Amino acid sequence: MTQSTPEAANITPELIAEHGLKPDEYQRLLEIMGHEPSLTELGIFSVMWSEHCSYKSSRFWLKQLPTSGPQVIQGPGENAGIVDLGDGDCAVFKMESHNHPSYIEPYQGAATGVGGIMRDVFTMGARPVANLNALRFGAPEHPKTRHLVNGVVAGIGGYGNCVGVPTVGGEVNFDAAYNNNILVNAMCIGLAKTDKIFYSAARGADLPVVYVGSKTGRDGIHGATMASAEFDDDSDEKRPTVQVGDPFTEKLLIEACLELMALDVIIAIQDMGAAGLTSSTSEMADKGGVGIELNLDHVPQREVGMTAYEMLLSESQERMLMVLKPGSEPDAEAVFHKWGLDFAVIGRTNDSGRMVVKHKGIIEADIPVANLADSAPLYERPWTTEPPPRRILAEWIEPPESIMGALKTIMAHPSGCSRRWVWEQYDHMVMGDTIQRPGGDAAVVRIHGTNKAIAACCDVTPRYVLADPAMGTKQAVAETWRNLTAVGAEPLAITDNLNYANPERPEIMGQFVQSIKGMTEACEVLAYPVVAGNVSLYNETNGVGIPPTPAIGGVGIIKDLSKRVDMSAKHAGNLLVALGAEEGHLGQTLYQQIIAGGLDGAPPPVDLHAEKATGDFVRTLIREQAIQSAHDISDGGLLVAIAEMALAGNVGVEIFPYEGTLPAHAIWFGEDQARYIIEVSPETADSILERTRQNSLPARIVGRLGGDKLSIGRAETLELAELKSAHEAWFPKYMDSVSD
Amino acid sequence: MKARIEITLKAGVLDPQGKAIEGALAGLGFGGVDEVRQGKLIEVTLSETDEKSARQQVEKMCDDLLANTVIENYSYELV
Amino acid sequence: MKSTVIVFPGSNCDRDMKVALEKATGSTVDMAWHGDTDLKPSDLIVLPGGFSYGDYLRPGAMAAKSPIMANVIARAKSGTPILGICNGFQVLCETGLLPGVLMRNASLRYVCRDVHVKVEQPETPFTLAYQKGAILRIPVAHHDGNYFADADQLDRLEGEDQVVVRYCNEDGNVAASANPNGSQRNIAGICDGSRRIVGMMPHPERLFESALGGCDGLGVLDSIKQAVNTAVAH
Repeated sequence: MTQSTPEAANITPELIAEHGLKPDEYQRLLEIMGHEPSLTELGIFSVMWSEHCSYKSSRFWLKQLPTSGPQVIQGPGENAGIVDLGDGDCAVFKMESHNHPSYIEPYQGAATGVGGIMRDVFTMGARPVANLNALRFGAPEHPKTRHLVNGVVAGIGGYGNCVGVPTVGGEVNFDAAYNNNILVNAMCIGLAKTDKIFYSAARGADLPVVYVGSKTGRDGIHGATMASAEFDDDSDEKRPTVQVGDPFTEKLLIEACLELMALDVIIAIQDMGAAGLTSSTSEMADKGGVGIELNLDHVPQREVGMTAYEMLLSESQERMLMVLKPGSEPDAEAVFHKWGLDFAVIGRTNDSGRMVVKHKGIIEADIPVANLADSAPLYERPWTTEPPPRRILAEWIEPPESIMGALKTIMAHPSGCSRRWVWEQYDHMVMGDTIQRPGGDAAVVRIHGTNKAIAACCDVTPRYVLADPAMGTKQAVAETWRNLTAVGAEPLAITDNLNYANPERPEIMGQFVQSIKGMTEACEVLAYPVVAGNVSLYNETNGVGIPPTPAIGGVGIIKDLSKRVDMSAKHAGNLLVALGAEEGHLGQTLYQQIIAGGLDGAPPPVDLHAEKATGDFVRTLIREQAIQSAHDISDGGLLVAIAEMALAGNVGVEIFPYEGTLPAHAIWFGEDQARYIIEVSPETADSILERTRQNSLPARIVGRLGGDKLSIGRAETLELAELKSAHEAWFPKYMDSVSD
Repeated sequence: MKARIEITLKAGVLDPQGKAIEGALAGLGFGGVDEVRQGKLIEVTLSETDEKSARQQVEKMCDDLLANTVIENYSYELV
Repeated sequence: MKSTVIVFPGSNCDRDMKVALEKATGSTVDMAWHGDTDLKPSDLIVLPGGFSYGDYLRPGAMAAKSPIMANVIARAKSGTPILGICNGFQVLCETGLLPGVLMRNASLRYVCRDVHVKVEQPETPFTLAYQKGAILRIPVAHHDGNYFADADQLDRLEGEDQVVVRYCNEDGNVAASANPNGSQRNIAGICDGSRRIVGMMPHPERLFESALGGCDGLGVLDSIKQAVNTAVAH
């Protein structure tokens, strides 16, 4: 016989603490329920009110971000954001962290991160077409780093390669501050038709709730609460909670879902990500304003004897929940069986507004849905902020013994060397539309069967953000915008992935708040809104936190593929022109870090209006097909940017000596923002320079292409071949130096 | 009845994974490891109760699918 | 002309191959599902790249036993040209239509990059548009491309001129440094004794237009067109 209310468990303070609920949060739970919860109910609240699911520390601030614009079809709050690409096409994208699982089990943690973000995208009706990732590891000399790099890169590749979605871009940093808290942020972009977008709101009563995909096992239980807890020395013991990914099933799930979406029988669809069946059920019900009754007896199970608690909290991968039009179950089932996937009707919607879970004839949970979602704790945590550090003047920083020697050192350093070792393990060409492969400013992926393309990149410079969170975050947004511009794209919108330490420390919360302020300003000035995002807090071990790391993923559109450029220097005789103001800012630069003894001072200031003016000018030149190549100036400054263009095009550059008033090393290595290098033919150089004057844009011819070396006058020369081997050497040598 | 099937690389076939494990063991300070070869263990639960038929079934499974006899050997036990 | 691409669960270069074949032949391409037991008449069959059955057990092993493959093997024996790219090459080896096996890369890492290969055998339906000795820049993308066969088998392949393409450096030198996966004798692709069945690790369908970074793969598609036109003319 069915009981009317779930059996109360013996809920002790210890049990509440183990579930990550604070005493006041438990009080709130009691008020909502009106009685002591069952263990299953406690588990449900615990995951739904975890930082990971509820954004309780960050929600207050996230609401302030600019999220709208004529190009925005869907802003934050759904599985992913959506922007309009014209002609009935849209891009669906998001970035999400899988930091903690990747530290504990790098291969599976990273793999399931990629799988999860792809599900967020195809849930909305989009075919995933590009993956990117932003990775931060500890110092190379830390004993765990090599193992983590190996596992994370293999895991990202192992998943994306098998599913057959190209991994086209990303970034990798090393810093001792990530020794015990690596960051694995995965981004996915999909393409859909604007009239074929699917959402998660389960509108309507008495509709079948359907489970598809893999079977449920005990993996990942409490993954969501783990992602919201600080690490301690016992974290290695948490290994069993990490989920195992099955990219083969994901591939089948993509094909099956897209096939079913074409049949027009889906009312709502949601992937089972963090907090699995619990969060997908409650979010669908909450957004649709309905109740859902689940019967767990029908859930496809991989292990015997699973309890309701385990099934509701399992984070087994490659599963989706759908609400279908009534009567369509047989057609839908046929599609999933064709692809060899489980399909089960496990519940129905109703108008009760409650999530009721039955298992073996017993009601295991009965919770008002709206309270579960909307009454989640919301904290306006105390925050403090420090004034930005002083600006370091170039004169205070020693020049190097040799400019070319410093260039070679920077480009051979773990922070400046080639990432080829990483991206050659990713299939970046599958699907046959990769126009710009990894290694450029932004990836370019053609919209299949058209002459249009999306461009995408991920950027943040944590050393800038640590020194000045508002300015550093502004810089991150601006850099993605600049990288999209440098390939000829019109930047459309961003997804963020905000990684911070423990927000209960006011100085950490202050970093977060300042980041939001900087991001808001940049997004507003550049008309470049945030359409999706993810927050990862508590990236901290034994009280040592990561630097604030707001990774930004930018997406843009190239409307005519014949009007784009890459960064490779093209023709001997052409001139390189540097655009943008040169102020010789050396604080927080790679030069300061690698050559001048350590980071100090303020990061380079970002002038968003200059950024916009310069970028719009570069994009106009690219569309006019007036320039042969373009590259943004970022890490390492002007000389590194010139060298990267030379290496990409395998052509030398005669660099003209600097004759201005600033110290020369500040000109070569300063990381002033809002700058690009463009390649122009000698015939057009004068007219382009004249246009820069008309637009009040600082511009200077910095070199002429030709030969097989870089030179500045007679004294400073560097063979390209020598620079290339130095640039390519570090990563493979490091990874092979001791076997994993 | 359960068959435990061991699949190993034939002698002489290069085993890069075994080599990597060997290197890792040395890196961890395990001396005296002359060679490492890795393989697969597959457990198959059979409804068959007759041992002779079970053996025939398992051998056919191995020959047809589970092992690639160009490079692999197999052995099994019924438990 | 009719060409058919076989689709296994986990194939992921099937669409790329279809696009390339349509461009090469100018006619539509049939996609045949692994579970089908009948296969429409076709002048040419391609087994595409990907991770059929997740590459579980061994790459290509389960695909080789799928229902459609009985038909493919029968067509192969009756003379239909068959091309296996990457995972398709692995499947052909697992069926026994081609000798040897593709093992885990010697680096143990997945490798995706452009490599150079030298055309050693232009007398196949898939390479006849190239000159013998032609050097192509063409992408590979695989975890298991390390070709293995015993010494006798390798000698037989060499003796019968069944090595179709071999990894080389930019200058055509067949050097160990140009070998991306540890493959024996730098073998990148082989054919059977009839030369109508060809397997190769490189992906010609990924480099057939300049927008994708090069056109060296176009020759495989041109070969197909020529081969089929010749066959039709006969």
